[in-house]
Amino acid sequence: MIFFWAFVVGGLICVIGQIMFDVFKLSPAHTLSILVIAGAVLDGIGWYEPLIDFAGAGATVPITSFGNSLVHGAMQEAEKHGLIGVVTGMFEVTSAGISAAIIFGVIGAIIFKPKG
Amino acid sequence: MGDKKKQKLQPNQQQYQAFQQKREIKRPIFKNCIKAFLIGGLICLIGQLISTFYIYQFNFTEKTAGNPTVATLIFITMLLTGFGVYDRIAQFAGAGSAVPVTGFGNAVISSAIEYRSEGFILGVGSNMLKLAGPVIVYGVFSAFIVALIKTILTQWGGF
Repeated sequence: MIFFWAFVVGGLICVIGQIMFDVFKLSPAHTLSILVIAGAVLDGIGWYEPLIDFAGAGATVPITSFGNSLVHGAMQEAEKHGLIGVVTGMFEVTSAGISAAIIFGVIGAIIFKPKG
Repeated sequence: MGDKKKQKLQPNQQQYQAFQQKREIKRPIFKNCIKAFLIGGLICLIGQLISTFYIYQFNFTEKTAGNPTVATLIFITMLLTGFGVYDRIAQFAGAGSAVPVTGFGNAVISSAIEYRSEGFILGVGSNMLKLAGPVIVYGVFSAFIVALIKTILTQWGGF
């Protein structure tokens, strides 16, 4: 069942992005930034975690989960170290997405040649 | 375009604006949304398959399986971007391929490959995060604000 909800929820988040592209005529960079901020705010009010329980990868694969996990890392450290933890814990949980993008980016640049 | 900006334009410029708006191709919004839904849902479905695999094979939990899943998806994106397949998917799917984390990966990897001709430090290194930069910057900044408010409320306010 989680596969079905992953498909539906993930698809719906993409539809929200498409509406921002087409109806509000935002650039992809604007759209993605807004979605990330939305993810951070949703986690702040505690709505994102239940969504992950409900939809699995449907909530963790879209870019909104990036904002969610940034807040999560910050809050985890904040519980231990107070306000300083908000700054130091920021990348604790998110590291996979950014480091994977950078590592595979460099590997890709080494392996593949630009076209045209 | 805002009304304030419009007032500053010359009459003929205003005419041109109106003309341009009339001639602008109407985007097939409903069709685009269906495409985005299908491809975006499919990418998340693949993500769910990968994280189920990690949960049963490597003893990850539901919560921790997100990280290796994202890394695996970005690895697949690297191959698709390198062979030029991802661009074709993106043309068809619009936001369906941009919103999932694979779109973030594609933005980083495609600019890394593109700027390779300018050298590895000044080309790849400095241009790699050009497209993905705003996402990281505003993600981190908004997360900072949210976490700050939450920490102050929970630790000092006693909620």
